[in-house]
Amino acid sequence: MGLIRLCRKKSPWLIHFNTGGCAGCDIELVAALTPRYDLERFGIQLRGSPRHADILVVTGPITRQAKDRIIRIYEQMPEPKSVIAIGSCPASGSVYHDCYNVVWPLDKHVPVSAYVPGCPPKPEAMIYGILKVLGKV
Amino acid sequence: MTFIVPIGPQHPALKEPAFFRFEVKGEEIADVDIRFGYVHRGIEEALQRRDYKHDVYLIERICGICNVVHTTTYCQAIEQLAGVEPPERAKYIRVIILELERIHSHLLWLGIAAHQIGFNTLFMLAWRDRERVMDLREIISGNRVTSATNTIGGVRRDVKPEHVPTILRGLDELEHSTKYYIDLFNSDRTILARCTNVGILTKDDARKFCAVGPLARASGVDTDIRRDHPYAIYDKLSFNVITEREGDVWAKSMVRLREILEAIHIVRQAVKEMPIGPIRIKVNLEIPRNEAIERTEAPRGELFYYALSNGTDSPERVHVRTPTCANFASIKRMFLGGTVAEIPIVIWSIDPCFACNDRVALVDSHTGKTFNLSLKELRKWRH
Ligand code: SF4
Repeated sequence: MGLIRLCRKKSPWLIHFNTGGCAGCDIELVAALTPRYDLERFGIQLRGSPRHADILVVTGPITRQAKDRIIRIYEQMPEPKSVIAIGSCPASGSVYHDCYNVVWPLDKHVPVSAYVPGCPPKPEAMIYGILKVLGKV
Repeated sequence: MTFIVPIGPQHPALKEPAFFRFEVKGEEIADVDIRFGYVHRGIEEALQRRDYKHDVYLIERICGICNVVHTTTYCQAIEQLAGVEPPERAKYIRVIILELERIHSHLLWLGIAAHQIGFNTLFMLAWRDRERVMDLREIISGNRVTSATNTIGGVRRDVKPEHVPTILRGLDELEHSTKYYIDLFNSDRTILARCTNVGILTKDDARKFCAVGPLARASGVDTDIRRDHPYAIYDKLSFNVITEREGDVWAKSMVRLREILEAIHIVRQAVKEMPIGPIRIKVNLEIPRNEAIERTEAPRGELFYYALSNGTDSPERVHVRTPTCANFASIKRMFLGGTVAEIPIVIWSIDPCFACNDRVALVDSHTGKTFNLSLKELRKWRH
């Protein structure tokens, strides 16, 4: 068991889904992967398919249309899986909290392991969030 | 025999959700259908329920990538409603952050475009250089992405004289790397093979489908709101409007890369010529009934705002037309006859920004009629 846990901590792959945010968090997430912050040095990569991913990174306040998609993507991911909510949007709706087409918070729809608050959070904060989740594995 | 290839809403090539339905005959694309709305949040309705000051922060989050141009346009529209002029220095600061934003947006585009054609080294290089712009934006506004600098009646933060040398140094470095990328786009075989003669939009089509911004300029349509309808202090600055003739993905890249050089040139002038003075004035925000339109040149093209006031401190209506919204009309023409392998780069070549784009328009699938919902009907939809 110890060996499996050790392996799971290494090189988790991410999948990213924007559920209706302003793209501010998304570009900061990509910035976290590129040379200045370089998440890839931990073996962390952004993947295209939910079936390859260990961690689902969610940004945005979850619009009604995106809600079913996010649940579907979550279900398609293989176990063990975790979810990170990036930005204030999935946590508290951020500036969109009273818009008619959003259904935040994210943990109403899928279980969330970590929230990274900020609008948008800095790449450092995202790295910290991802490492926190790895610590939980 | 045609096959349907669905792409999206979650897709590696797109950072934001949208759904594309391609009909393909073998490798060739026969038809494309696009479905949006995954990012529709209901911002225009929320704008009416908040006051003018709060709206600035919501407007800023219509699109995180081009937030400054959204707030600038909004603030200029409201200033026009209230009949005030921001101080001269504020206009210079607006232009500086606007152009830094253009640089960051175009470099971001370049990186993802390189990623789409499988050139990941260039993706990393472009994003490394983009961090320099982000640093400059952080120095000026205190924030990397959403700048929160604009406000109605001016700007909230000044460009300090001690920061000017850092800004100029950063610009020199950026100029150096942009020139390198331009060389690369002119000489690299992979880039030339993947980008030339792909996703062509002819000049006539660009006109017909009302393309805006770099997309139109890459097809040879000479249009730029900064020159044609100067706002802020663009009429006092000298810059060229970049156009290319080919209309393919290569031309679109070239327009954006050369625009980075122009933007650097503009920031240098603005920093040098900036007058001393106040950066904001007080505005009475109980604006009597009035209406205003405002147009600006966002990194992706013409951004249009309409604002209507009603005597209270919140607007009666604010309408936004974003450049991506205008550019989607052209996308079908760019795909037809192309191959499946071209899909990601062609989608990305218009620099789509779905956060800007998604709005309510209901289509009756039986009659094909499109209608918009009124505010009252929309209210019924709320939970
Ligand atoms: S948290 Fe802020 S920056 Fe992130 S998607 Fe939401 S509004 Fe945009």
